[in-house]
Amino acid sequence: MVPEELRYTEQHEWVARTGDDTVRVGITDYAQGQLGDVVFVQLPEVGRKVTAGDSLGEVESTKSVSDIYAPLSGEVVAVNEAVVTAPETINEAPYGDGWLVEVRLDDPASVQGLLDAAGYRDKIGEV
Amino acid sequence: MQPQDPPKQTPLHAVHVALGANMTDFAGFSMPLRYTSELAEHHAVRQGAGLFDLSHMGEIVLTGPQAAAALDYALVGNIGKLGHHRARYTMICAPDGGVLDDLIVYRTGEQEYLVVANAANTDVVAAELSARASGFDTEVTDASADHALLAVQGPAAAGLLATLTDADLDNLKYYACLPARVAGHEVLLARTGYTGEDGFELFCAPAAAESLWQALRAAGGPQVPLPAGLASRDSLRLEAGMPLYGHELTRARTPFEAGLGRVVKFDKGDFVGRGALLARKEAGPTETLVGLVARGRRAPRAGYPVVDPASGTPIGTVTSGAPSPTLGQPVAMAYVPVDRSAPVTELAVDVRGRQEPVDVVELPFYRRGA
Repeated sequence: MVPEELRYTEQHEWVARTGDDTVRVGITDYAQGQLGDVVFVQLPEVGRKVTAGDSLGEVESTKSVSDIYAPLSGEVVAVNEAVVTAPETINEAPYGDGWLVEVRLDDPASVQGLLDAAGYRDKIGEV
Repeated sequence: MQPQDPPKQTPLHAVHVALGANMTDFAGFSMPLRYTSELAEHHAVRQGAGLFDLSHMGEIVLTGPQAAAALDYALVGNIGKLGHHRARYTMICAPDGGVLDDLIVYRTGEQEYLVVANAANTDVVAAELSARASGFDTEVTDASADHALLAVQGPAAAGLLATLTDADLDNLKYYACLPARVAGHEVLLARTGYTGEDGFELFCAPAAAESLWQALRAAGGPQVPLPAGLASRDSLRLEAGMPLYGHELTRARTPFEAGLGRVVKFDKGDFVGRGALLARKEAGPTETLVGLVARGRRAPRAGYPVVDPASGTPIGTVTSGAPSPTLGQPVAMAYVPVDRSAPVTELAVDVRGRQEPVDVVELPFYRRGA
């Protein structure tokens, strides 16, 4: 499941525009499927400045652990505390209630540099 | 097996695919990792019952008047003392005492033994048993392809099985086995497992596997037994403090480091590895396997360094680790120096560049009925 309206990274994050210079970030359905049941999420604090590629936090399942990478540079303006208390939300609704952070972008146009849905489908071999 | 070979399929492959299992390559086999949720599968085994396909495991059969003597020479355990229809956990070691595999040996007849090996080691174990048995009047056969293996594990397992067989389950003790008819199929029914729960393992002909699986599935409700994959098998055995070959047990360590020196029987005459193992027993191991419970939420994982919490100096290595579904906190097994192995020593694990405090605890992490 790769929603058409989102943008994606090679590291399996999705990015959705929420305002002129803000985006919401989560991990893809493919990523949650690979991880298995998420039991622990660690998110950054609001106000943290991040550079694209920085680790934003971790998502951990019984079987494995993955870093969450900042898809773009900016400042963390919101974190989804609900997934910290109910990590299974990431499995249940990776593109919805399972979102992770919101970032105010240094460069709003940088979103255009991410993969589109077709590019991400190619990456994960989904047809 | 060559790396380019496609993974082998068990007789239940079509069943797994029909259930929508997430399949993974494991020891040369395509195996179910999970069906829907490894947490649900884990809890099902702790609270009800889970159903596993373990047909990737190796089955090696020894028959003949000196089958027991050959096994006594080839393995570290005392197989000559194994009663009819009893099973024993044991190991096969190299001449230097390194563990080649851990095994369960079932005595299936007066002169017949079934040796169950880990899938990744089946070829090595079969070859070693053949070589070590060469001076004995016994025949060694790798019969892995003639066996499927199903396991039904959990507190509800005996009740489920009782609806499908007339076998006397009440008198089938832990680590015992008997030939039985289950749902119309001839099986070797064993009260063994790798989950820390009561449960059974059913060895059957490959052609019977699917019918037996469906009968077991239908024996309870829609969720009992719940099909369970290798991910839950791993978290279940970790909680139960059971070693996994390639993690806690390797060619580089003897059973004594693993805290399993009790399986080595020196009072049975010569056996492969005896001299090296006796020397190790007498000298005492310098490192030992311990349980670790993390104080935080980040889990130690296999391969992470165990460090001195004050200096950060590496002192050991994690062999398995995960957030424990039953305990709700991360647990791990690790090798550490003997002088740092007493409960409750405070240690730390380097979890991807950051030290996380852990405490040494007694194994297992979980004991049923506790």
